[in-house]
Amino acid sequence: MVRSHVLVCGGTGCTSSGSAKVIDALNAEIAAKGLADEIKVVKTGCFGLCALGPIMIVYPEGTFYHSVKAEDIAEIVEEHFLKGRPVARLVYHEKEAEVAVATSLSDTAFYKKQKRVALRNCGVINPENIEEYIAVDGYQALGKVLTEMTPDDVIQTVLDSGLRGRGGGGFPTGLKWKFASGNRGNVKKYVACNADEGDPGAFMDRSILEGDPHAVIEAMAIAGYAIGADEGYVYVRAEYPIAIHRLEIAIKQAHEYGLLGENIFGTGFNFDVKIRFGAGAFVCGEETALMTSIEGNRGEPRPRPPFPAVKGLFGQPTVLNNVETYANIPQIILKGVEWFTSMGTEKSKGTKVFALGGNITNTGLVEVPMGTTLREVVEEIGGGIPGGKKFKAAQTGGPSGGCITAENLDTPIDYDNLIALGSMMGSGGLIVMDEDNCMVDIARFFLDFTVDESCGKCTPCRVGTKRMLEILDKIIAGNGTLEDLDKLEELANYIKSASLCGLGQTAPNPVISTLRNFRDEYVAHVVDKKCPAGVCKNLLQYVIDADKCKGCTLCARKCPVNAISGTVKQPHVIDSSKCVKCGVCMSTCKFGAISKQ
Amino acid sequence: MISLEQLAAIRDKMKDKVVIREGAAETRVVVGMATCGIAAGARPILNAFVDGVAKEGLNDKVTVSQTGCIGICQYEPVVEVFESGKEKVTYVKLTAEKVEKIIKEHLVGGNVVTEYTIGAINK
Repeated sequence: MVRSHVLVCGGTGCTSSGSAKVIDALNAEIAAKGLADEIKVVKTGCFGLCALGPIMIVYPEGTFYHSVKAEDIAEIVEEHFLKGRPVARLVYHEKEAEVAVATSLSDTAFYKKQKRVALRNCGVINPENIEEYIAVDGYQALGKVLTEMTPDDVIQTVLDSGLRGRGGGGFPTGLKWKFASGNRGNVKKYVACNADEGDPGAFMDRSILEGDPHAVIEAMAIAGYAIGADEGYVYVRAEYPIAIHRLEIAIKQAHEYGLLGENIFGTGFNFDVKIRFGAGAFVCGEETALMTSIEGNRGEPRPRPPFPAVKGLFGQPTVLNNVETYANIPQIILKGVEWFTSMGTEKSKGTKVFALGGNITNTGLVEVPMGTTLREVVEEIGGGIPGGKKFKAAQTGGPSGGCITAENLDTPIDYDNLIALGSMMGSGGLIVMDEDNCMVDIARFFLDFTVDESCGKCTPCRVGTKRMLEILDKIIAGNGTLEDLDKLEELANYIKSASLCGLGQTAPNPVISTLRNFRDEYVAHVVDKKCPAGVCKNLLQYVIDADKCKGCTLCARKCPVNAISGTVKQPHVIDSSKCVKCGVCMSTCKFGAISKQ
Repeated sequence: MISLEQLAAIRDKMKDKVVIREGAAETRVVVGMATCGIAAGARPILNAFVDGVAKEGLNDKVTVSQTGCIGICQYEPVVEVFESGKEKVTYVKLTAEKVEKIIKEHLVGGNVVTEYTIGAINK
């Protein structure tokens, strides 16, 4: 009889920090100690606290271990599983707490303010076992829909829930379904799932597919019933091998249990799901490009209208939603509209998953009710910025979004507030920047990404973004003028209004947003020829303070280009014409005599 | 093809197996599993509780877990039962038969088996 479950994260983050080895070691050690019948090891999806992987949770106590290595397993099995004494040194403890306490997961600051809806099963069930999904009410929503509700009831429920697309646009999901619902039974229709997650730093769709693939399959079948489609496609990046693998297993198991295929629950409803791989082009996250790619053509967008609901995949009416949007659907059906609308703000209901990244302590995946403030996410859940650095801005919406500054930290996060601040929800990437980040450099980073990813079909995006990047390069090199800033703004507006698809229409956003909020940094670059954050190499030089320099010669020996000269016990000098600004001298100096200017 | 009833049957069968992951339930049965406890036979006692709780269908109400040395090694195997809002109950010198009775009378019936508690032994 099993008395304890050991959940080990098998998400991509923890897998890359070695969770597979931990699982092997656990199974071996448990067998060696004769505990195989008592302790069950379960490989789950992502728990969210990826910075501290591999994560391991022991139930029923709920002991939360982090950074577990295969070498630690013998001790954990002997002490904890056999003798009931959690291994304190590996138990997660809050930053403020002085001693390691056996904190249970839900008590930690990281989880306390979270509300897990889309991620509800991630880190709880074994995603490769359909029966575990069924145990947590899996496929009950599909059963309810097929036996108790008409397709129009389903659409009305989704409309009433106020669910909006979690992939970025925030379009009401129910409305999308309604537009595609006409002429059921007479027209071939499709349901598609956008799992082409491309924003730098965003990985919530990946985690949902890895941790709870059946939720997406179930929701797609529900959408199929609602609009009258019998075929679904998941478009997923080929770079997500674990997600693809688990999705394949899930589809196979759903077929074996008769939850996909023909005559589901004996109601005469047929539905099947197929997987299509994306080759990693960012533009294929745009809906028309995605469908073009599924059709086997080069992934390029086309003008809208016609919208996919009218003319989508293979020219037929299609509903296309994002992974996270689908993950909400079964629970809205089961728990009801009131439950869902009780979370969130007036116009943005439910929760949103954010991928926390950048300069923040708890890098990982968090899900909070809409309307949570950015301060709560960054300071409480995210654990603040390491090293006591000052918060400067947070980038939401990835390369299509903009930055939110310190004075707006207390704004409740929802679709409309973020747009009012000149940013957008996007798919939920949230990159935190501190005082050491140069905003011009950040804008350049995102623009460089969109220049790379522009498909080239329309001129404003293909040529315009390239010209903008050249101007930014000029500014960073120290050759910019004030006129360049005006030119940037002008170009940005043309590109936004003239581009064919969302990629080009949003590509200038990081530049516009940083120009709006951090114009002084741009001015410092072009007028004073200085980079206030000390990032842009051409605009700074390393200087040795002669009073502090002891002449130890360490910096001169470490300098890779021999730019530092001086005699022993005499102050040294950096030749700025030779210096490559690598910063080695500054980090090796024991006397703090070298500074950036 | 699967029917709704079959789906519900799988759910009910599996629910028992994953409920453990919801964390500590209202009632916690804690078995002392330090060296002293193990030497006195705490492992079979622990397993007897796990089996018994499952057999009575109490998995969603009762959590069985271990702890270290409680400090009364001469009374091992020792088991403590914590119920929210009630005094904890300490059972001592347990055997498989005693466990069976504790599950039936205390965990199911709600009546403490006074004769096996530490208070009774001390008299």
